[in-house]
Amino acid sequence: MMELVLALLIWAAGWGLNAWLARSAVSETRAVQFLVPFIFGATLVLVWEMVVRGLNVPMVILPAPSVIAMRFASSLPILWVDFVQTFLKGALGGYVIGCAAAFLVAILVDRYDFLRRGLLPVGNFVAALPIVGTAPILVMWFGFDWQSKAAVVVVMVFFPMLVNTVAGLREASAMQRDLMQTYAASYGQAFFKLRLPAAMPFIFNGLKISTTLALIGAIVAEFFGSPTLGMGFRISTSVGQLALDMVWAEIVVAALAGSAFYGVVALVEKAVTFWHPSQRA
Amino acid sequence: MMRTFWAVLVVVAAIVLFWYAAAVPMNIKTALTQAEREGAVISPEGAAARRDMSAIALSLANPAQWGDTLVQDKPRLPTPDQVAVELWQTSGAMVLKGRAFSKRSLLFHGWVTLSATLLGFGIGTVLGILLAVGIVHSRVMDMSVMPWAIVSQTIPIIALAPMIIVVLYSVGVQGIIPKAIISAYLSFFPVVVGMVKGLRSPDSMQLDLLRTYNASTSQGFWKLRLPSSLPYLFASLKVAIAASLVGAIVGELPTGAVSGLGARLLAGSYYGQTIQIWSALFAAAILAALLVGILGMIERLLLRRMGVVA
Amino acid sequence: MPVIEARNLELTFQTNDGPVHALKDVNLSIEKGDFVSFIGPSGCGKTTFLRCMAALEHPTGGEITVNGVSPEQARQARAYGYVFQAAGLYPWRTIAGNIKLPLEIMGFSKEEQEKRVKDVLQLVDLEGFGGKYPWQLSGGMQQRASIARALGFDADILLMDEPFGALDEIVRDHLNEQLLALWARTEKTIGFVTHSIPEAVYLSTRIVVMSPRPGRITDVIESPLPKERPLEIRDTPEFIEIAHRVREGLRAGHLDE
Repeated sequence: MMELVLALLIWAAGWGLNAWLARSAVSETRAVQFLVPFIFGATLVLVWEMVVRGLNVPMVILPAPSVIAMRFASSLPILWVDFVQTFLKGALGGYVIGCAAAFLVAILVDRYDFLRRGLLPVGNFVAALPIVGTAPILVMWFGFDWQSKAAVVVVMVFFPMLVNTVAGLREASAMQRDLMQTYAASYGQAFFKLRLPAAMPFIFNGLKISTTLALIGAIVAEFFGSPTLGMGFRISTSVGQLALDMVWAEIVVAALAGSAFYGVVALVEKAVTFWHPSQRA
Repeated sequence: MMRTFWAVLVVVAAIVLFWYAAAVPMNIKTALTQAEREGAVISPEGAAARRDMSAIALSLANPAQWGDTLVQDKPRLPTPDQVAVELWQTSGAMVLKGRAFSKRSLLFHGWVTLSATLLGFGIGTVLGILLAVGIVHSRVMDMSVMPWAIVSQTIPIIALAPMIIVVLYSVGVQGIIPKAIISAYLSFFPVVVGMVKGLRSPDSMQLDLLRTYNASTSQGFWKLRLPSSLPYLFASLKVAIAASLVGAIVGELPTGAVSGLGARLLAGSYYGQTIQIWSALFAAAILAALLVGILGMIERLLLRRMGVVA
Repeated sequence: MPVIEARNLELTFQTNDGPVHALKDVNLSIEKGDFVSFIGPSGCGKTTFLRCMAALEHPTGGEITVNGVSPEQARQARAYGYVFQAAGLYPWRTIAGNIKLPLEIMGFSKEEQEKRVKDVLQLVDLEGFGGKYPWQLSGGMQQRASIARALGFDADILLMDEPFGALDEIVRDHLNEQLLALWARTEKTIGFVTHSIPEAVYLSTRIVVMSPRPGRITDVIESPLPKERPLEIRDTPEFIEIAHRVREGLRAGHLDE
C-alpha cells in the first residue's frame, strides 16, 4: 500500500515540477526543453516500479524496471552477440545494400521519363504494403542466418528510399535547370552540382524512415526462423519461457539501437543539409 | 493520364515476365531430380553431380524441363498463375461453394486479421487525436510527452508484440483483443505526431485574424485548427493503418494462432507450402491497398465537402 | 554585324485550347553595346523572346542569330550570362561558391576562379560577403550576387528577365544605378525584360514595346538620353517625353484588341 501512495506522490511531484518548469521564464532554454521530457520519463519509470512492487505484480506479467536493469547488466555478453547478429549484420547490412540499390535505381528512373511514370506508382503502392510478410519466403531462400534478415531489410527499405530519392531529384526548380542550360552544363555537371545537392533533404528523409524499417525487418524476420541468437530470436524464445525481464532487456537494446541509428543519420543530415530552411530554424 | 497508365502496365508486365523467368532457375533443381526419377535424360546425370552447379547453368543445359519448373507442388518460387489460382480457390471459389468462411478460406483468415486491425486502428486513432489536442493546448503536456512520441517513431516498438500476446494469454485474454492492442499502439504514435503537426499548421496571420474577431479557443479549434489539420491527419492515418495491419499480422505469429493471415504465413513456412505463403502475402497486400485506398477516398470526400480542395 | 538578330521570328505553343501565338513576325536587331529593354503587358512574349535568344525556347518559325550563329550554338559557346527574376542562388553554396558555379562548369582554373570571384564581387559592391550563405543576405544583395554570377565568366551578352521585379522601389533604384555604371564600364550588350516604364526608360538605349495575342513588337523607341544618367534625369522633360511615348505605345497595342 505504501508503494502505491508513493507512486501517486511521485507522479504528482513530477507533473507539478514539469508544469512549473513549462510556465517558468526559462522554459525556452535548451536545458529545460531537455529536462522536462526527462523528468516525465523518469517519473513514469518510478511509478512503474512502485506499482509493480505495491501490487506484487508477478514477473511473468510485468517485471519492475529495477529487475529489467539488473537482467540487462548481468546479460551484457548475450545482448551484445544478439545486437551484432541482428543490428550490425542483419539490419545495417540490409540497410546499406537496400538504400544504395534504391539510390542507383532512382537515378535511372529519373533519367527515363517512361520509367518514372511506370515505376513510381508501383513503388508508392509497394511502399504501403506489409512487406515484412516476405520474411518466411526470404528465410526459405537465404537460410536462417543473417543473410535472410538482410534480404528482408533490403526489400523493406528499397521502395521508401526509391520514392523519396526520385522526388528529391525532381526538386530543383525549372529556373535552376534553365540556369544550368545557359551554362551549357553536361548531364553529369547538372547532376552533381545542382540536382544531387537539391535532393539531399529528400534522400535523408528516405534514409531516416529506413532506419526504423531496417530494425523492424531484421527483428520480425527472426520470428520466422533464425540461428540460436539475435534480438528477435531472444525475444520470441524468452517470451516462450516467460522470462520477461530478458524480453524487456532486448527491447531496451532495440530502443537504444533504433534511436541511436536514427540520431546518427539525423546528425549527418544536419551537417549535409545545413542550408535547408528546416535545419536553420 | 493515359501515358501513365501504359507505363504502369508495361512495368507490371515486365515484373510478371521477370517473375516467370526467375521461376525457372529457382525451381530447376527439384524439377530435374523429379524428371530424372521419372526416366528423363538430364545433363549432367545424378543429383550429386548437379549439387554445386549454378541454377542458371543447369537451366540452360536442360531447356526441356523448363515447363516442369512452372508447375511444382512446393516450388521455391511459385509462378504468378499458381499464386492467382490459389488465391481464387481460397476466396472466390469458396464463396461460390457457399463456404466463404470455412477454415480454408482466405476470406475467413483475412477477416480475422482485418477485424483486429480495424479495432486497433480505431482505438489508436481516437486516443492519438485526443492526446494531440491535449498537447496543442497544454504546454506542459507538449514539453513532457511530445519528445517521447517522436522518439517512439524511431524505435521498433513492434518488438513488444509477442510479449503482449503471451502476457495477455496468461491472464486469460485472447482472440481479437491482444492483436487490437498491438495495432492500437502502432497506429497511436504516428497519429499523435501527424495531428499535432496539423493542428499547428495554421500560420500566425490566420491565428491573428481570429484574434481580431475575439474568437474563443474552442471556436479557433473547430473553425481553423481542425480543418487545417485534416491533410496532415490523413497522411498519418495512411501510415497508421499500414502499421496496424503489420501489427495484427505479427500478433498472430507467437502462440501459434490458427487463424489470420499471419497464421497462414507461419503455417506455410512450417510445412514449406510456398504457394500458401505467397497467396497469404498477396491477400495481405490487397488488404493494405484497399485500406489505404478507402482512407484516400474518405479524405478526398471530406476535404471536398469542407472546401479545402476543389 | 548585329549581336542579336531576329527575322520573322515565330513561336506557337500547342495547348488544349488550340494554338497560342507567343511570338509572331518579330523583327529586331541589337548592336554591340546596346542596352535594349523589352516592355509590355503579361503574355506579350517579352520573356519568351529573351528565352529564344538564350536557346531556352525553340522558335517554330523565322530565324534568330546570336553572334552570327544559332542561339543553340551560342549557348554551347557560353556566349551570354542570364539573370532570372528570382536570384536562384544555391542555398548550399556560399556567395563566392555560387559565383564559382558557372566557372567550375566551364573549366576555369582554381586561381582564375578566385580572381574572378573577387573582381565581380567588387563590381556588384559585395566585397566581404563572399563567405556568407545566400539566406544570410537581403533580397537585393541576393539579386546582386546573381548578377555577379552571370558576370563571372565575362560573356559579352547579358540577358536579364525582370531581375529587379521582386524588389522594393528604393532597392530597385539603387540597383538600376549600379547596373548602368556596370554597363558603362564593361560595354556589354544587354537585353532587359521589365514591366516598369521608368525602369525601361532610365536604363535603355532602345526600348522595345510589345503587345499580346499574338505576341509582337509594336514600337521600337530610340532613347536620346546621354549615356551618363544620374537618377535625377527622371525628372527632366526629355525623360518624361520618352516615358510618355512608351505609354502611348503600350496603350496603342492594347487598343488593337
